Amino acid sequence: MNALLEAAADTAVITKRNLIKIKRVPDLLVFTTLQPIMFVLLFAYVFGSAIDVPGVGYREFLIAGIFAQTVVFGSTFTGYSLAQDLQKGVIDRFRSLPMAPSAVLFGRTLSDVLNNVISLIVMALTGLVVGWRIRSSVLEALVGFALVLLFAYAISWVMAYVGLLVRSPEIVNNASFIVIFPLTFIANTFVPTNNLPGPLKAFADWNPVSAVTQAARELFGNTSAALPPPDVWSMQHPVPYTLIWVVLILAIFIPLSIRQYQRAASR
Amino acid sequence: MTNAIVAQGLVKHYGEVKALDGLDLEVAEGTVLGLLGPNGAGKTTCVRILSTLLKPDAGSATVAGHDVVRDAKALRRLIGLSGQNAAVDEHLTGFENLDMVGRLYHLGRERSRQRARELLEMLDLTEAGDRITKGYSGGMRRRLDLAAALVAEPPILFLDEPTTGLDPRSRISMWDVIAGLVRGGTTLLLTTQYLEEADRLADRIAVIDHGTVIAQGTSDELKGQIGGERLEFTLADAAQLGVARDCVVPLGIGEAVIDQHSRRLSVPVTGGAAVLVEALRALDAAGVELQDVGLRRPTLDDVFLTLTGHAAEEKESQDDESETTTTQTRTTTKEGAA
Ligand SMILES: Nc1ncnc2c1ncn2[C@@H]1O[C@H](COP(=O)(O)OP(=O)(O)OP(=O)(O)O)[C@@H](O)[C@H]1O
Ligand SMILES: [Mg+2]
Repeated sequence: MNALLEAAADTAVITKRNLIKIKRVPDLLVFTTLQPIMFVLLFAYVFGSAIDVPGVGYREFLIAGIFAQTVVFGSTFTGYSLAQDLQKGVIDRFRSLPMAPSAVLFGRTLSDVLNNVISLIVMALTGLVVGWRIRSSVLEALVGFALVLLFAYAISWVMAYVGLLVRSPEIVNNASFIVIFPLTFIANTFVPTNNLPGPLKAFADWNPVSAVTQAARELFGNTSAALPPPDVWSMQHPVPYTLIWVVLILAIFIPLSIRQYQRAASR
Repeated sequence: MTNAIVAQGLVKHYGEVKALDGLDLEVAEGTVLGLLGPNGAGKTTCVRILSTLLKPDAGSATVAGHDVVRDAKALRRLIGLSGQNAAVDEHLTGFENLDMVGRLYHLGRERSRQRARELLEMLDLTEAGDRITKGYSGGMRRRLDLAAALVAEPPILFLDEPTTGLDPRSRISMWDVIAGLVRGGTTLLLTTQYLEEADRLADRIAVIDHGTVIAQGTSDELKGQIGGERLEFTLADAAQLGVARDCVVPLGIGEAVIDQHSRRLSVPVTGGAAVLVEALRALDAAGVELQDVGLRRPTLDDVFLTLTGHAAEEKESQDDESETTTTQTRTTTKEGAA
């Protein structure tokens, strides 16, 4: 068998194993779905009552931001699961087998896309209930969803590296919280960035989370001439800017994670 | 006979800790090597290097003719590993675990399934096979982990403490399974804390401590190294130890060893039961009151204690305990020489 086919077959086996786990541990699915519902409702009703977004209502503004934040958080699951597999010795087992070393990581990141797909669907439905609408075409909206998922996929690889490096699921969770919270809040996710103080505004405008949010907003048709995007290249061209980040992250973290996997030890 | 496993000068550091310090090993094809050593001796590290999971800092090793670093991928087709902690996926059933491993060995769908069923049967897990392994007992996990190592019918097998934590019955049935594999021609490297296990399963034994082999040979050779049979007496009163020694030393073939603390006296002898009877007569005549008497042949435990200065089965708080044991051994030797 050719090496690439073999790697693909191995990846399929690992993906299947990960999906069985989603089915067997339903709490996981509950949190994957409940948490986004809670976020949409909290932000829509609590923040939405205080924040006025010109042109589009706050709820319409909000949804793309919630999407971005939720999938980025969802990606930490990749690191968490790999650290857990390491701890339980499952990675040792895999590493003693004549399988492709990349398969465990591709299988993991691919099955984690499913988690994010489920959260996106749940959030979109909740969004529709609270008044979010897609004002573009179906095709554009689908591209919007795909872009959010692609971005999350790239973040998954960062988390894979972190998980293999720190080797403790709890630490992965806590550490990524500390990074992801500012990353997803110092952004255009929940408030327009116009009134942010200087350095924060610069950070927010070049923050890739802002880019993917802005891109999704545009693709969903949730923007308005009354609220033009900041006059920086990243916000004027959010789709290419997001794609640059995705390519950059994947180009760095796929090889880095695979190397880390090959030297990873259970303790 | 060719060697299935050859390790030369393996060195491995973990930060400051030197886990392996120039370890050399040879295992002839189709034989069993028991790797014996106290906690932290480097057994697991050695197994992990030979099974391609770790790269040595220095030295080299070949398994089945493949270099463990350069030909790791090719080698993985030929080895089975059951590590110190059972590496089973707890959310999968026993069957799913084995089936997955079969697929990752590229056995194909049909063969993987068939092999999974065979192994469940062989390791007495057929009934539990369709249950999620999270609910398995420690012994069942251990057996499933061994099954996973056997999926591809590897000619070379590494088992790191395969029976630790098993109850006596599971241990004996595990031994039967392992003995069966060995009869089938599998080369086996086995680490263990149980000297009885090494005695029973291994053709040759390598005792390692502080990352190097400090003795090796067959179990009989190792026992021979530390002498033959000994008479052992436990006295009721430590004050009589001197008198007792004067009675038995003329019957023995070497220095007596005295342990004040446990009121024990032992002396190497030849001649077995006849000497024992003679010694008892002499002691009785001298009015020495005895609590326990025995004629002991050396066990691997003695080999172990003599060679490493600490016992094999100190799982917990090994540092403290091994210190006490060492001190005791030293005291004993001193008094014996005196
Ligand atoms: N991942 C690691 N990081 C740091 N030190 C380690 C690591 N693995 C092993 N060591 C150290 O290396 C030495 C050898 O450990 P190893 O696990 O090989 O011993 P062992 O003979 O298998 O012991 P045991 O009988 O307890 O299983 C020990 O001092 C141990 O503390
Ligand atoms: Mg060990």
